[in-house]
Amino acid sequence: MSNEADTTTRTRLPLRVFSARAVWQSGTSAPAASLALAVLVLIAWQYLPPMFGVPKYIIPRVSDLWNEMIRMWLQENLLRHFISTASMSILGFVLGGLLGAVAGYALGLLPTWEKVLSPYILALQIAPKVAFAPLFILWFGYNAWPKLIVTVLVVFFPILVNVLQAMRIMDRDLINLARAYNMSKTKIFLKVMLPYSMPNLLAGLRIGATLAVIGITVGELVGGEIGLGYLISFGQGQANTSMVFDAIGLLTVIGVIMYWAVTSVENRILHYLPRAVGAQRSP
Amino acid sequence: MFLYEQDLPVPSAKSNVLRFLDVARRFPGRTAGAPPFTAVRDLSFEVNESEFVSIVGPSGCGKSTLLNMIAGLDHPSEGTVSLHGVEVVGPNSSVGFMLQKDLLLPWRTVLHNVEFGLEARNMEPGARRERALKELKRCRITGFADRFPYQISGGQRQRAALARTLAIDPDVVLLDEPFSALDAQTKIVLQKSFAGTIANAGLTTLLITHDLSEAVAMSDRILVMSDGPGRIVDEIEVGLPDRDNPIARLATPRASEIVKHLFHALHIDNRLDA
Repeated sequence: MSNEADTTTRTRLPLRVFSARAVWQSGTSAPAASLALAVLVLIAWQYLPPMFGVPKYIIPRVSDLWNEMIRMWLQENLLRHFISTASMSILGFVLGGLLGAVAGYALGLLPTWEKVLSPYILALQIAPKVAFAPLFILWFGYNAWPKLIVTVLVVFFPILVNVLQAMRIMDRDLINLARAYNMSKTKIFLKVMLPYSMPNLLAGLRIGATLAVIGITVGELVGGEIGLGYLISFGQGQANTSMVFDAIGLLTVIGVIMYWAVTSVENRILHYLPRAVGAQRSP
Repeated sequence: MFLYEQDLPVPSAKSNVLRFLDVARRFPGRTAGAPPFTAVRDLSFEVNESEFVSIVGPSGCGKSTLLNMIAGLDHPSEGTVSLHGVEVVGPNSSVGFMLQKDLLLPWRTVLHNVEFGLEARNMEPGARRERALKELKRCRITGFADRFPYQISGGQRQRAALARTLAIDPDVVLLDEPFSALDAQTKIVLQKSFAGTIANAGLTTLLITHDLSEAVAMSDRILVMSDGPGRIVDEIEVGLPDRDNPIARLATPRASEIVKHLFHALHIDNRLDA
């Protein structure tokens, strides 16, 4: 509970730390420093493990990773696996997000139902959803459904909880104002409640975007013949450490892109919220 | 300017716009079996066409209850509240209210906030915009039409809230401590601005305030409420000129006399209730 509740406040830690540093260093030196750090780490990765005699099957070198990536592209149909994981993540994210938002608004509008259902929501929220994956395979077989359902479940809850929170802390005076203007309930929902909950909904979606990749990966690890998660378990079976590293890297890329997409939509929608650091940066 | 039938004034004997008749409001006790809590009782008063009436009283004297009953968000347990001789039974578009909080929607520009109240009606977007712009002009914030609430000051926000309140052409304007969250200087400027706007438009206004000199500076008549349960204990005809200029008004000897009188009235009451 607390984990997801905390995230409802609009703290975007990575971005904020980044921006604060940018201000502190007064300029564009921060991205350059990040890049330099990446280069440094890659060089260390390439040369340090062999120096200390760490074998390739424990920590492959950067050049091994690169060679393996090319091999996978040519021989293992990497693109097909990548597209499968990416599209399933997005599909699961969209479905889970939609269901979570609809459920959040519905429960927010029906407080009695919320009270009746809240212990079960809490229980389901705490239950490790990825642990359901083997169960779904038993039920639905080795196809796309198990991983998709796991992902929908994983994405569903943070969004539900965030939306519900917004509906709970809604400013009653705003609703009363709209009521005093003789506004219909539909209009009150569309013109007041929905925009009011937007920061929370988007915070939920931001968490959901990263969780979606986890859901799909677990589904693919447990049982599947396609996707980057499958490549990880395949690589593990062959003691092909480079393959595992590469697949993890690509999964991270998918997650980062999804996170970035949600964040940029968020910044566009929530432009009306003052941001302290942002205000300092653009005088 | 009357857009709807319900906005048409119904001729009444005394031309009063708002009328409370023996109104009481009780709320059920907090726990089962506890006696009901009486917020207000024996409330009878009238506000006439174009009159500015203030209600002063200690906090907790039931002023929010009173406002909610006028706005149709709450109903009296006894007695009737009527507007132009018609009993208030639910929210209606002839009441405009404004609180200490500006209640501007942060995701809308000032102009779109002013249009908000008009969106409950089936109005042409063009006409709505025109109406809102007219109101912004009247409240002297035309220059901020495209700003978002976080980009303007507290005083400007309250001006925008007044514009939104006036945009629906209310028969009566309810002001619930609209100046109390502002700093002293902004408060004076805004009081003058509001007084001018209200006097020019000939609006029927009910102001609820803690601030005794504000009540004297702005109103034609002052009703003094006591708490526990709220009832009217005194009524004062201000009888000063220059209702559109509160600063000039406060400088007169009669103004300080009334303030002193009010202070007394409230003070004595507090002691009795203590």
